[in-house]
Amino acid sequence: MDKIRIINLTVLYGEQPSLQSINLSIPEKRITGIMGPSNSGKSTLLRILNRLTDLIPTILIRGRVLLDEEDILLPKCDVNSLRARVGMVFAKPIPLPRTIYENLTFGPRIHGVKDKYLLDQRVEESLRAAILWDEVKDRLFESALKLSGGQQQRLCLARTLAMQSEVILLDEPTSGLDPISTAKVEEALRNLKKDYTIILVSNNTKQIARISDKVAFFLLGELIEVGPPEQLFTNPTEKRTEDYVSGRFG
Amino acid sequence: MREKIIEKILMILAFSAIGLLLLITIFIFREGLPVILKVGLSDFLFSDQWAPTNGHFGILSMIISSLAVTVMAIILGVPLSLACAITLAEFCPRRWLLILKPTIELLAGIPSVVFGFLGVILLVPLIRDYLGGPGLSLLASSIILAIMILPTITSISIDALQAVPLLYKEGALAMGATHWQAVWYVLLPAARSGVVTAIILGMARAIGETMAVIMVAGNALKIPTSLLDPVRTLTSTIALEMGYSSGDHRTALFAAGIVLFIFIMGLNILANTLMRKK
Amino acid sequence: MILLNAPGRQTLMKILLWILTGSTIGILIFIIVFIFYHGLPQLTWTFLSANPADMGRSGGIFATIVSTLYLIIIALAFATPLGLGTAIYLTEYTHEGLMTRLIRFGTECLAGIPSIILGLFGFAIFVMAFGWGWSLLSGGLALSVMLLPTIIRTSEESILAVPQEYREVAYSLGVGKWRTITLVVLPSALPGIATGLVLSIARSIGETAVIIFTAGSSLRFPNSIFESGRTMAVHFYILAREGISMPMAYGTAAILVLLILVINMSAYLIMRRFIKKYT
Repeated sequence: MDKIRIINLTVLYGEQPSLQSINLSIPEKRITGIMGPSNSGKSTLLRILNRLTDLIPTILIRGRVLLDEEDILLPKCDVNSLRARVGMVFAKPIPLPRTIYENLTFGPRIHGVKDKYLLDQRVEESLRAAILWDEVKDRLFESALKLSGGQQQRLCLARTLAMQSEVILLDEPTSGLDPISTAKVEEALRNLKKDYTIILVSNNTKQIARISDKVAFFLLGELIEVGPPEQLFTNPTEKRTEDYVSGRFG
Repeated sequence: MREKIIEKILMILAFSAIGLLLLITIFIFREGLPVILKVGLSDFLFSDQWAPTNGHFGILSMIISSLAVTVMAIILGVPLSLACAITLAEFCPRRWLLILKPTIELLAGIPSVVFGFLGVILLVPLIRDYLGGPGLSLLASSIILAIMILPTITSISIDALQAVPLLYKEGALAMGATHWQAVWYVLLPAARSGVVTAIILGMARAIGETMAVIMVAGNALKIPTSLLDPVRTLTSTIALEMGYSSGDHRTALFAAGIVLFIFIMGLNILANTLMRKK
Repeated sequence: MILLNAPGRQTLMKILLWILTGSTIGILIFIIVFIFYHGLPQLTWTFLSANPADMGRSGGIFATIVSTLYLIIIALAFATPLGLGTAIYLTEYTHEGLMTRLIRFGTECLAGIPSIILGLFGFAIFVMAFGWGWSLLSGGLALSVMLLPTIIRTSEESILAVPQEYREVAYSLGVGKWRTITLVVLPSALPGIATGLVLSIARSIGETAVIIFTAGSSLRFPNSIFESGRTMAVHFYILAREGISMPMAYGTAAILVLLILVINMSAYLIMRRFIKKYT
């Protein structure tokens, strides 16, 4: 079952093409890894999926992106509901300057969840799923800025979980983290995929190899190859894929 | 939908600034133009006969007084301001700068009436006793104004000096210049446009100053021939006579306001253009 | 001639520079000390709580304190929404272009208008055209025009200082634009905005020219904003100019300078805390 289908997607920033005729389907409740060197359009692809690209005035988008068979690029699509369903974790941990508790309840409360009991429940569930609960359960009402980098990033993950999104987008989520925090994030993702559709963008091929169920390789805005990790990493069909995974360029 | 309404409301609020500017211009001109038209622009500007009760509306002596006071204030104030700016920007340990710069800017917070007051009880007797004349004079006004515009010129000059790329200073020092030589021969010329902007803004401030000048200028309506002569500036005239004026007299005061307005606006636009060209 | 070589000249210049700078700071300190020396002894409880009597020769300055307060509240009530709204529009809703340049031009020109011209304007429109006469309302509105550019500028700077990432996070959680501004951007920009307001208050306290032409100078205790009222600064001016009472004048000057110093220092401290929070 495909959660998301990207059909003939082309994106231009002014004159510069960022993505060219992308056709890609994202399976439900799996981890799809998107890899490629810098500037290959990976981040742009991610931001199309929750329409954060709306913030860029010079952008031109052609094609269709279907979430549960509905095109999210159409003007009639309610962007705020979309973003509640499709959550995002950024490369840099960005906790809001508030308490841990408030960081997690901020989104749900905007979307109408008022019941305190329900909010408390979401806070605990999302923190447990992000493997952060034990570390912060006694200081939920302290400032989130006091957490370490790894903890903050897991908090950001928990933030999207508290929204009960269906899809989680992660843009190089562990690029600044130490190995232990990275491992915790990856473990959390492995547990989460049974309930969530996860799309992970990374320049770290080993991470992609570790946790993805499906891998897509992007280079300079083009989708070069797609398939299970075993294929792309041990027996790629494209020469460029092989060069990338063997480190001949990056 | 709600977002669109909010955006429209904010846009209307945002145009308030320029709307007010237009409004002010329109009102001042509307109130003042009749007399200028009646008396003729050249007569208004170039006659030194200001006798409102007799229908004479020449503001030349006030214009000259305003200019004289301002130019003197600049002559007295700029060297001092630049000295402070250079000291604080270049010869001052960083920690001191954090205290001293706000301190000088504090000078800008002191109300003009307090300056005027101190001018009257301290400066004016000094001038009267040691230099002659009534004390209430062009000189007194210039000195007070110089102190008042000091924070403005100093602040902007410090920013201008600090904005000069470090490369310039390093280049000069590398060639063996002393710190002072680097400042005098390289930094100051490089910061020239910023400093000039500062001076222009100081001028605009000085010409527009009213309360302090009223208290120490002496308010004699004639073209000054010496620093010790009492003078009456455009601003003083407007402020002093407004209360009891009526009819053409009042209109003429607004007309004087128009002249002041145009001049100061011109200076401000000049300064902003210079600042942007940088 | 030792003094003629470069290092020697530098030392000479440095000494000269520090003398001049020291004198400037000395002038400031002298002003404050002088005013406080003569004026602080006047700040008795009677002085602050009694109304002016006998044209200001005796009694206190209570009525003027109240008038000043009314004036500032009215001025801020108008200038803050206008200024904040403009700043929000400039930073969040537009990109650099003709419209923003026009708005900025208007703001800068407005900032350069001398207070006496604003006084004239206030007189022409509020006192005469609107028919409100000399009143605290006229004064407050004229004052708000003066404060507007400062509030726009400080608000804009504070809003721009809020990291773009906070906005992205809010959007990615499905928070709409206006709620992002009110729930995320403005709370973070608050210290800077507050500083702008506080500085505006300090300016208002010392302002005279605008107020004399619009609020008049009635010494009566103001019972409504449609009445004329005399602010502390105007009171000081009249006391000083007419030579009514030196002790009263010094006292008024002292409280003016004291308030302005305290307010400026608080603004400075708020700004420091703000900067610390983001670095």
